[in-house]
Amino acid sequence: MNATVALIAAGGVLFACGTVLLLARPLTRILLGAVLLGNGVNLLVLATSGRSGKAPLLSPGTDPAAVSDPFPQAMALTAIVITLALTAFLLAMAYRSWQLTGSDDVQDDVEDIRVALRAEHEGTRAELRTVIRADRARQARAEDSEDLDDELWDNVLGADR
Amino acid sequence: MNATALLPLPVVLPLFAAGLKLAVGLRLPRIQRFISAAVLSVVLAASVTLLVAADRDGPQVMHAGGWPVPIGIALVADRLSALMLVVSSAVTLCVLVYSIGQGMADRDEATPLSVFHPAYLILVAGVSDTFLSGDLFNLYVGFEIMLTASYVLLTLGGTAARIRAGATYIVVSLLSSVLFLVAIGMVYAATGTMNLAELSVRLADLPAGIRLVLQLALLTVFGIKAAVFPLAAWLPDSYPTAPAPVTAVFAGLLTKVGVYSILRTQTLLFPGTRLAEPLMLIALLSMVVGILGAVAQTDLKRLLSFTLVSHIGYMVFGIALASRGGVAGAVFYVAHHITVQTTLFLVTGLVERRGGTTDLQRLGGLARISPLLAAVFFVPAMNLAGIPPLSGFLGKLGLLRAGVADGGAWAYVLVGGGVVTSLLTLYALIKVWNLAFWRAAPPDLCADGTVLETDDDADQDDSDEETLMPAGRPESASLSGRSITTTAALPRTMLAATMALVALGLAYTVLAGPLTGLADRAAGELLSRTPYVQAVLAH
Repeated sequence: MNATVALIAAGGVLFACGTVLLLARPLTRILLGAVLLGNGVNLLVLATSGRSGKAPLLSPGTDPAAVSDPFPQAMALTAIVITLALTAFLLAMAYRSWQLTGSDDVQDDVEDIRVALRAEHEGTRAELRTVIRADRARQARAEDSEDLDDELWDNVLGADR
Repeated sequence: MNATALLPLPVVLPLFAAGLKLAVGLRLPRIQRFISAAVLSVVLAASVTLLVAADRDGPQVMHAGGWPVPIGIALVADRLSALMLVVSSAVTLCVLVYSIGQGMADRDEATPLSVFHPAYLILVAGVSDTFLSGDLFNLYVGFEIMLTASYVLLTLGGTAARIRAGATYIVVSLLSSVLFLVAIGMVYAATGTMNLAELSVRLADLPAGIRLVLQLALLTVFGIKAAVFPLAAWLPDSYPTAPAPVTAVFAGLLTKVGVYSILRTQTLLFPGTRLAEPLMLIALLSMVVGILGAVAQTDLKRLLSFTLVSHIGYMVFGIALASRGGVAGAVFYVAHHITVQTTLFLVTGLVERRGGTTDLQRLGGLARISPLLAAVFFVPAMNLAGIPPLSGFLGKLGLLRAGVADGGAWAYVLVGGGVVTSLLTLYALIKVWNLAFWRAAPPDLCADGTVLETDDDADQDDSDEETLMPAGRPESASLSGRSITTTAALPRTMLAATMALVALGLAYTVLAGPLTGLADRAAGELLSRTPYVQAVLAH
């Protein structure tokens, strides 16, 4: 099989750019990354058809050897359609996320933070609970993190009763 | 009648029904529900027929559109595919009934019918397509159909929690899809075909190094879908926020589609045990790390999600052994696990409806308040932990026996890991039982008729707080993400669907003889490879 170097190189560059964008937090960047990755991989799939040839239309007198392999083209077409659907969906999600939170950043898993915090403060739970009983979560919040609310701390420390 | 004519039905019928439902519109909810239930029942019947035919006459093959092998797409139902199809269609039918019950109980007809049902049917079509596909690219298409539908289902209602969880899920799935395409490109470049049967012949002629690269690429892709250890971090984060029926069907089926693909490609395309040790290491880590994660959780849904990751390890263990006993054990375990894991998530939905939360620290006394609910939790929970004589015990026993028969040092380590995991599963589930069901009810446990409010439509100033809410919150309750009301009497349809699945789980124990026989024959067919290859290439 003869592959076209240009296609492979272009695919590689698109892949690299897409990967960098995919590692970002905002969904819109991730979306752009996904589009680039999708295009890059389509080029790679196309490259598997080998040297470019005539359009793969079979009519009387066509030389099958001169025709390019239609199979990767069919695969790339299918992949393009799928990428289109995903792009639309991700766009809608980024917009909804912006509607709800004012940003389209991918957020951390709060439950994970909770489980980790509970393990971290296992020994001092009783102590912290009295602190909180006296003055809700304010003190503990100032020490650890600003964006954790009372409710979360209640959950970490166990019921306050 | 020739059973091959039934082959496209599990894929085509749900797709057709999804379109039909959009055409019928929302004015006729009864007809809508009838279409969904009828279509899935027909799919179930077709799958059973296919299983009988595949077991009696060998693999059933249909070439879509009558195109011959290298060009056309082959649909193949051998014993493994047909068995997966039967289990998945039985489970999806029960979950559909459950979701109909839930929609009626919440007086929330519009969302389920306009969004949930079509997306759910498309998901079923995608799952069937992956099971039946005899073509690597069609496998990819099946995955994509399934995943795209699952994106819609996971973010139903578009609440803050679901959008947050959905973002992780979609980005990870998207990455795995891209990697899958890369793998497909490489396989095609190396062999010039996508047909699995042809691939199994041609891959043998490739240099060992290239074959290893292709094998690793496919394993990575399917490993993400199956949620094996290092690639599983997305699962416990994203599944729990979805509505109960969605989480149930995802937990039961989507990961198993990944396991099925690993099983199919490892046995058909890359026979021999070249990657046995790495696979066993992955299996061990999945089991142990997964179950330790489960022990640390206090939210029921997340705890179950971690046990899901953990028990995928058992199946990978069976595949890694690559002996007839190991593969047979894995096949049996997949069937058992689909049913039990789905049941447990459906029960969780009922717990949430009765107790108002899935947070174990707030639940309590459910055994006294609702003995029936306690019973439908207890049986599948013990089944999952592997208490004799339930099918979880039989599945684990089969795998452990195959491990001992293998006799290698790694196999023995895995046998030990499997036993420890089983014990820890029991520990985690007993913890759930003690906290949610057995201890006295806490005074603030939701009384009958409490409205579980969600902040879905609340003003946007609160949104920061809302996204920081811990799991176990009612946000995940209803299909549309709106508030639900707790009820003393559980909705009958939901309860009946759950009990049907519990009964199916028990049936695996009663019918263990024929079922293990079938799993054993399926394993023999997978490992010998010739029946599959001959059946596909003969046409």
